[in-house]
Amino acid sequence: MLLGPSLAVSAVLFAIGTAGVLLRRNAIVIFMCVELMLNAVNLTFVAFAQQLGTGGQIFVFFVMAVAAAEAAVGLAIVLAVYRHKETVDLQHINLLKG
Amino acid sequence: MSLVWLVPALPLLGFLVNGTIAVVRPRAKGLVSVVGVGVLLAAFGVALMVARALAAAHPDAPVVFRYWDWMPVGTLAVSYALQVDALSVVMMLVVTGVGSLIHLFSVGYMRADAGYARYFAYLNLFVFFMLTLVLGANFPVTFVGWEGVGLCSYLLIGFWFSDTVNADAGKKAFIMNRIGDFGFLIAMFLIWRYTGSLDYTTVFERAPDVLTLGGGAATAIALWLFLGCTGKSAQIPLYTWLPDAMAGPTPVSALIHAATMVTAGVFLVARTNVLFALAPVAQAVVAGVGALTALFAATIALKQWDIKRVLAYSTVSQLGYMFVGVGTGAMAAGIFHLTTHAFFKALLFLGAGSVIHAMHHAYHATHAHDDAQDMRNMGGLSRFLPWTATLMWIATLAIAGIPPLSGFFSKDEILGAAFARGAAQPIWYLFWALGLAAALLTAFYMARLMLYTFHGPNRTGAREQVHLHEAPWVMTGPLVLLGMLSVVGGVINLPELVGGTTWLHHWLEPVTAAGAALAPAAHVTHRTEWVLIGGAVTVAVVGIAAALRALDLTALVPARSAPAETGLGKVLNRKWYVDELYEALFVRPTVWLSRNVLWRVVDVKLVDGAGVNGPAAASRILGWLGGRLQTGELGFYATVFVLGVVAVLARALK
Repeated sequence: MLLGPSLAVSAVLFAIGTAGVLLRRNAIVIFMCVELMLNAVNLTFVAFAQQLGTGGQIFVFFVMAVAAAEAAVGLAIVLAVYRHKETVDLQHINLLKG
Repeated sequence: MSLVWLVPALPLLGFLVNGTIAVVRPRAKGLVSVVGVGVLLAAFGVALMVARALAAAHPDAPVVFRYWDWMPVGTLAVSYALQVDALSVVMMLVVTGVGSLIHLFSVGYMRADAGYARYFAYLNLFVFFMLTLVLGANFPVTFVGWEGVGLCSYLLIGFWFSDTVNADAGKKAFIMNRIGDFGFLIAMFLIWRYTGSLDYTTVFERAPDVLTLGGGAATAIALWLFLGCTGKSAQIPLYTWLPDAMAGPTPVSALIHAATMVTAGVFLVARTNVLFALAPVAQAVVAGVGALTALFAATIALKQWDIKRVLAYSTVSQLGYMFVGVGTGAMAAGIFHLTTHAFFKALLFLGAGSVIHAMHHAYHATHAHDDAQDMRNMGGLSRFLPWTATLMWIATLAIAGIPPLSGFFSKDEILGAAFARGAAQPIWYLFWALGLAAALLTAFYMARLMLYTFHGPNRTGAREQVHLHEAPWVMTGPLVLLGMLSVVGGVINLPELVGGTTWLHHWLEPVTAAGAALAPAAHVTHRTEWVLIGGAVTVAVVGIAAALRALDLTALVPARSAPAETGLGKVLNRKWYVDELYEALFVRPTVWLSRNVLWRVVDVKLVDGAGVNGPAAASRILGWLGGRLQTGELGFYATVFVLGVVAVLARALK
């Protein structure tokens, strides 16, 4: 039930997340956008789980765990970068330029 | 006979010892002399024992000693094997016998040289390779010796390498010999292709069955072999290296460039007489080239002033005679002349060495910088060097062919054999005539050399004259022995005409019989033989008499103030401009090709440009392009990443 609308919402959320990652410069905001994309995927999983069994729901817990870990590590990196450069604007963080 | 391995092994030992001394203690000259000369004398002793054992057994087939398998590849089985037979014994005795005398002479001649130990090391090494060459029981072993003597020749010509001229002469000899060696190699490939073996006994056994008489294969093999011979034995067209080889020490010229190494080609033709007997065309080429060379080199010798150069051209000319002999099929005559020539030419060169030694000392004592080898600076030396003068006169008469000296018998036998073959193939009359003309010139230029060097007024200089003196006994001793050999050397092959037994001819029969069976030797009547002998002697006497009459010894001036040559004399003095011709025809185009094509195009543009720098530039461009992708900006990476995912998805969903 409601598979079509659920997937539609999921697609919109994913697109917003992607656009945010691509267009925003603030590292924290990009992080939030990535979380948005992950949750869009989670939504897809639960929507399909309704019809195809509980496997998808279990995967959602995986994704949440990974997202939590990623948030912890990612925020720690952002903090470290901020201490070093006093900014979190990704335009100013290009040490790996070839 | 089983001791034969010692004959080459002893000089090799001498080389190792002297080579070590040359590196560790170059000043230990006493030890070097003992080792250098001692191993040669010991080798000569062993060679004599081997010769006696062979004479006692007198087997029809060669006695082959196999030491180890060298190249067991598929059906090709080459072993390192030495062969004792009539021919190799003669060569072995000549090499070690004459070699010993020349080693002894060198003790005196090279005494003051800083490279004394190195010199004897090279000389011993040369003898080792020369013995390998003559004793080898198959083509590859002979080829090892063949290459080895070429190497030693190069090392000894350039012995005083600090002088560019000497180093260049060494290179010239080496490169011209390479051209000949190429021919030898091709001949070996062909022999293997047709007979399936490289062992002398097997090849000569199978050759008459697998090669048709006068067929293309036999002719090709013989001609390629002969190309090798022209290189090593300095025949037209590859002879120009030998006169330049005189840049080496004089005993080296005597041993390598007169008595032994340059006769290797004659030896090879005699060794492979079966193959040449199967190819009459090749025989005519051998005899023709030999006769032409004999005359051509003799004309050049007429106008040379450097005493060693006269002898060098004389050697080229005499080698031509030997090729007339072996080309005619008279193998014994060729080897006979090889042997007697080893005696009197070694004597002439060592005599010249004695003269140069005296001249050099005289100029050294007065700090003059005149040429110690130019005959225009000599004259009247018989007063100062009576022994040398007498002995060199003996050698001169021998080489001119005055009876009963050794050269008379050997030269006469070659000319007689060529004349006899003329009855069947008239072209041989031409070769005989060329040889006779060369004999006339030989008598003339040798008498000229003797007159200019030893007679007339002295032109060395008043201050220098007092320093001219005879060489020490260690140098004149070998001269005396060689002088005796030059006189009596003819006895080894006295013709039946004068009551002889043609001993050498019979001795070599086991080797030459197979070839002689294919191409029987022609004979002339005793009457004709007497006429031929009379003609040859007349020619020799006329040559010497002409020199005595025509040359004005008092008119000669020292080299420093000598006028330039004109006319034909200049052409002869400049050696018919053959070196210049080769320079223009081969050297310059090769240098041009090397510089402008091989260097500037192939090396610089292709190898360096496309081969080395090309990939480097390509990877740098690729790296630069890759580097442009690494902007370091996360947004860019993310964009590319997303675009990539979209592209993959688009492709997957299509």
